[in-house]
Amino acid sequence: MTDSAKPKFAMYWAGGCGGCEIAVLNVHEKILDVDANFDVVFWPVAMDAKTRDVEAMADGEILLTLFDGGIRTSENEEMAHLLRRKSKILVAFGSCACEGGIPGLANLSSPHTLLDTVYHTITTDNDNGVQPQHKWQAPEGELRLPAFYPLLKTLDQVVQVDYYMPGCPPESTQIAAVIELVIQVLHGQATLPPSGAAIGAGHSTVCDECPRTRNVKSIHQFVRIQDLDHVDPQICLLEQGIPCNGPATRDGCGALCPKAGAQCIGCYGPAEGVIDYGARLMSAFASVIDSNDPEEIERILDGIPDPTGQFYRFNLSKSLLRAGKPAWERK
Amino acid sequence: MVTQRISIDPITRLEGHGKIEIFLDEHGEVANSYFQIPELRGFERFCVGRPVEEMPLLTNRICGVCPEAHHMAAAKAADAVYHVEPPPTAKKLRELLYSAFFCADHATHFYALGGPDFIMGPDAPVAERNILGVIHKVGLEIGSKVIQCRKFGHAIIEMIGGRKVHPCTSIPGGLTKGISEEQRSEIERMGRWLVEFGQFSLKLFDDIVLGNQEYVDLIFSDLYAHRTYSIGLVDENDKVNFYDGKVRVVDPEGTSIGKYAPAEYTDWIAEHVEPWTYLKFPYLKKIGWKGFVDGKDSGVYMATPLSRLNAAEGMATPRAQEEYERFFDTLGGKPVHQRLATHWARLIELLYAAERVVELATDPEITSPHVHTLPAEKPTEGVGIVEAPRGTLTHHYVTDERGILTKVNLIVGTTNNYAPISMSINKAARGLIHQGTVITEGLLNRIEMAFRPYDPCLGCATHSFPGQMPLQVTIRDMRGEVIQVIRREND
Repeated sequence: MTDSAKPKFAMYWAGGCGGCEIAVLNVHEKILDVDANFDVVFWPVAMDAKTRDVEAMADGEILLTLFDGGIRTSENEEMAHLLRRKSKILVAFGSCACEGGIPGLANLSSPHTLLDTVYHTITTDNDNGVQPQHKWQAPEGELRLPAFYPLLKTLDQVVQVDYYMPGCPPESTQIAAVIELVIQVLHGQATLPPSGAAIGAGHSTVCDECPRTRNVKSIHQFVRIQDLDHVDPQICLLEQGIPCNGPATRDGCGALCPKAGAQCIGCYGPAEGVIDYGARLMSAFASVIDSNDPEEIERILDGIPDPTGQFYRFNLSKSLLRAGKPAWERK
Repeated sequence: MVTQRISIDPITRLEGHGKIEIFLDEHGEVANSYFQIPELRGFERFCVGRPVEEMPLLTNRICGVCPEAHHMAAAKAADAVYHVEPPPTAKKLRELLYSAFFCADHATHFYALGGPDFIMGPDAPVAERNILGVIHKVGLEIGSKVIQCRKFGHAIIEMIGGRKVHPCTSIPGGLTKGISEEQRSEIERMGRWLVEFGQFSLKLFDDIVLGNQEYVDLIFSDLYAHRTYSIGLVDENDKVNFYDGKVRVVDPEGTSIGKYAPAEYTDWIAEHVEPWTYLKFPYLKKIGWKGFVDGKDSGVYMATPLSRLNAAEGMATPRAQEEYERFFDTLGGKPVHQRLATHWARLIELLYAAERVVELATDPEITSPHVHTLPAEKPTEGVGIVEAPRGTLTHHYVTDERGILTKVNLIVGTTNNYAPISMSINKAARGLIHQGTVITEGLLNRIEMAFRPYDPCLGCATHSFPGQMPLQVTIRDMRGEVIQVIRREND
């Protein structure tokens, strides 16, 4: 039921996997606090959703909108503009909205290559080279699809963003804490962080919350995790040669992956103050290599099988590499 | 001549949410319908160049609703690329995680998405036809049971997979870690609760659905039936298996036409492309693409809980086997083509998954620390297949000698069902919309009920939690003038 006395809340899922939405649902009972304190006006995955109702709202009428997923299609961008206009506070929620996420790796390919690949796989029977069309005249009438953009963009590359909540997905405990904070703000018991801040995350690196013990300068070579006979459960993964992204990655997840014996893959994005994630990670790797010989350092770094993926796995869309131009146009 | 167009569009039109366009002819009858998927991300392309051991992590991000399925299919494909056999404990732990995931996912679908149509009835007021309505009708304790089932499922996933969403522990050759005795006993305790929950859910289905002749008639109605092929993963005894085995294919009469191992999938499955949607239409290659038609001559198949029961010879756990027998006895023998029976089949699978959790949690090997086999051979090519809750999931990778991907092919759960879902919508629309039909909210729901049994997760999307896919139907004349707008809302 609409209760106009309560501030309005919205959540929207654009070009992403929906894991962010599942993470919000995984706060379980905390969802009831959202319901008690907000009038949930638009949240397609959890309730009936009404784009037309959003369109009919006054500008700024929604207090808080969580926006997850990147901007992959014209439809995603239209919704970003609409929700920006209607929301006082717009949060880029999760890796894809913040920095492009895994789907942002598509920016390494031209859209033509991408479509050619998808519609000519080994199982695709497509001798005539059929591809989806933005507009197509069916015998009975015209059918339209949203345009597939040349690049996957982050939310803040199409609209102004107030806060960034990193993570793929953001951890449910962090989501619960943010919900609690906003409710306190509503009751005058807390104040909002400065505009543009990362919320629901720490101000350091994953290493700071990782229980594994570290020394310094101990890497002689990088190894791939499946090639290790034994991974020591107590020692830093990076020092065992596994290319762990912890040193460049923002904390807030609780170091879940390293605790489970898997390297950090960087889903919480760049640590506080880092402009380019890949550059920071590269220098972090270089600093733990046990050598002062530039050639040897280079040889050791060559042991990373996929530098692009290693250094820009979640943030290619947002990185300096992307630099506003498609990669395939710059070569 | 087409005189009217009806667009059924989730108001949100989110990522991969389906959009239905129905065209009416000059007599007011349905001329044709199109179920469009407006999303594409292109994993097949941008995974090229990545190391194969990252695929269980990267492809998780295809779908946040079922990342566990991609994690497992990717891990198995990566095992195959390295020609490495994980130790028995690693395989059992993966299956244990996966079984817990099935419990949580199937329960969510039944209680929040598909079930309300039956528990509340297809014509119940919209405001009641959702999980809250279910709770009011069946009792508050059911709501806490559903939350408990999800919590237990995710707790087990996190214990083995390291995270609740997007697990991280599967690597080529096994897992990064095992479980402790303390964790094992906790999982066993949760598993026993899940078995009771599975039995409770089937009893609920019995009382509310099978006990009501109107619902039974609805299940048997021709409106929701298609005679297609069925496929599903089976073990060496042809029993349903979610994690491993071969894919068995049965024809519309229920006769097996063969089984394929993962590496043979290209002999069996091909995909058709249409220009009006981003999603491809898989079909049985040996039969061929004959368009959106059912029958023995059409390669259209389904890959759902119902098809898995059709394609197998039974369930590998005792309680689920009893339910399997009762299912086919009640519905008139194998195979069953009534799509609405999929909801029942899903609950039988839920019980099987729960029994499997207990079996695996009490396996003497399950706490062994030996969970990884070191790959010894050069990586080349591999296929991994699991059953995702929404259908057979196939990952196919080709790598260079360093294990860097050069080719990726993915045939994802729901995609298998794209053609049958389109056909189900078309049939329901043709059956329900005629000259002079007043398009009501109830009619929309009956069209929606045609695709809900498939639990579509198109572009890993259309999950809509309290059971409502919000719809708006706009009827326009030929000039595009709006004649009528019908909206369905919860308020």
